[in-house]
Amino acid sequence: MVRPLWLLAELTYRCPLQCPYCSNPLEFAGGRFKNELTTEEWCRVFREAHALGVLQLGLSGGEPTLRPDLEALVRCAHDLGMYQTLVTSAYRLSKDRLAQLKQAGLDHVQISVQAADAELSDTIAGAMSYDDKVAAYRYAKELGFPLTVNVVLHRRNIHQVAELIALAESLGAERIELANTQYYGWGFHNRAALMPSRKQIAAGWDVVQRERQRLGKRLEIVWVLPDYYEEFPKPCMGGWARSYLTVTPAGEVWPCHAAGRITTLQFENVRARSLEWIWNESDAFTRFRGDAWMPEPCRSCLRKTVDFGGCRCQAFLVTADAALTDPVCSLSPHRGLIDAALTEVELDEWTYRAAPASRALAGNG
Amino acid sequence: MDPAITPLGAATVPHVAPKARLHWDEVRARHVLLYPEGLVALNETAAAILQLCDGLRPVDQIIATLKFRYQAEGIERDVTALLQGLAVKGLVTW
Repeated sequence: MVRPLWLLAELTYRCPLQCPYCSNPLEFAGGRFKNELTTEEWCRVFREAHALGVLQLGLSGGEPTLRPDLEALVRCAHDLGMYQTLVTSAYRLSKDRLAQLKQAGLDHVQISVQAADAELSDTIAGAMSYDDKVAAYRYAKELGFPLTVNVVLHRRNIHQVAELIALAESLGAERIELANTQYYGWGFHNRAALMPSRKQIAAGWDVVQRERQRLGKRLEIVWVLPDYYEEFPKPCMGGWARSYLTVTPAGEVWPCHAAGRITTLQFENVRARSLEWIWNESDAFTRFRGDAWMPEPCRSCLRKTVDFGGCRCQAFLVTADAALTDPVCSLSPHRGLIDAALTEVELDEWTYRAAPASRALAGNG
Repeated sequence: MDPAITPLGAATVPHVAPKARLHWDEVRARHVLLYPEGLVALNETAAAILQLCDGLRPVDQIIATLKFRYQAEGIERDVTALLQGLAVKGLVTW
């Protein structure tokens, strides 16, 4: 039996930041996500996830610290023994709050930063937040949390890889995640304003290799490639519905945090069904599990056990059919659509992730 | 001390790194070592070794305890290989 190891709990889609690459749904401000799960409902989700085999819990959003019951949720998951990571912007996150979360059993803190300096970081975030972040990094270290600095890279900040690593080093972080934008949600919408050039990526990668050499074990540098520039797709989520699930703010359950966009799947809600049933039986989770669904060129491909046909969400977003080979694959008949995206006219303006834009865009799907 | 440059000796006192946590996975009936964004599944021997890595016992005492408990050969090799492997990942330190 396939069992999940990871649960991403998206506690709310409310967020004081407006990052234009956000992976949240374009329609985050709409009714589908509005009626947030209560404390007791989340605790039931955690218990059911634990019984299914989940060991790693990500507390994310939106901005999870906007939930006043975050400490209670952490306590509940801690009692189950789950390893918990808080994924936060750290906006107005005080040392007291972090101390209370530590007390409640939080294991690890992951704080995003949008660039290496305040001006650019605040511009990208669409909110004055850099100083709060730097303060929170210090609080997290003082409280003894293992700390990850999380940066989403794109055309306007990828030139700062060296400065970002220096920042993480100066803060005493254990890990820095330099993740090139994945093109889902707002990132997909703003793709033409975010896509870096091949030259920019090569320059960033050179810095990463040099810094890994210099820093050794002192700082783990995670580098996530933008898969549009790859020859083969990423093994997305380690395969559809094999080890991972996401519960969204109002209880809908997705095989990954982008899957809700696939309009041809039927999603279930924890308010109506048990997590066990959803994992084992629901349409959304069973449709692409295993390899029976695979079309050519995946079906006869030796790489199908390596990359599982790539990403279903990307197939849907780019080809309008979630059941096709990930178009990033050089063997896909749709690879031309990806190549076209790499040469499309670069936009200077992006749409910030904000509620009014969300409501305006929701009408367009 | 950086375990990458300090060899493991009989008097070394290893412990699980603060970022990692030993956990009994009830559903799969095995121990795991949990850490930020990952986990290592442990067999029975590996779990027994890590349970003794409490930051108080030196390596020679850990080996003696396991030898007494399991009456088995090759314990030294298992202990050294496991601890050095996990130290490279930053999950065990001394």
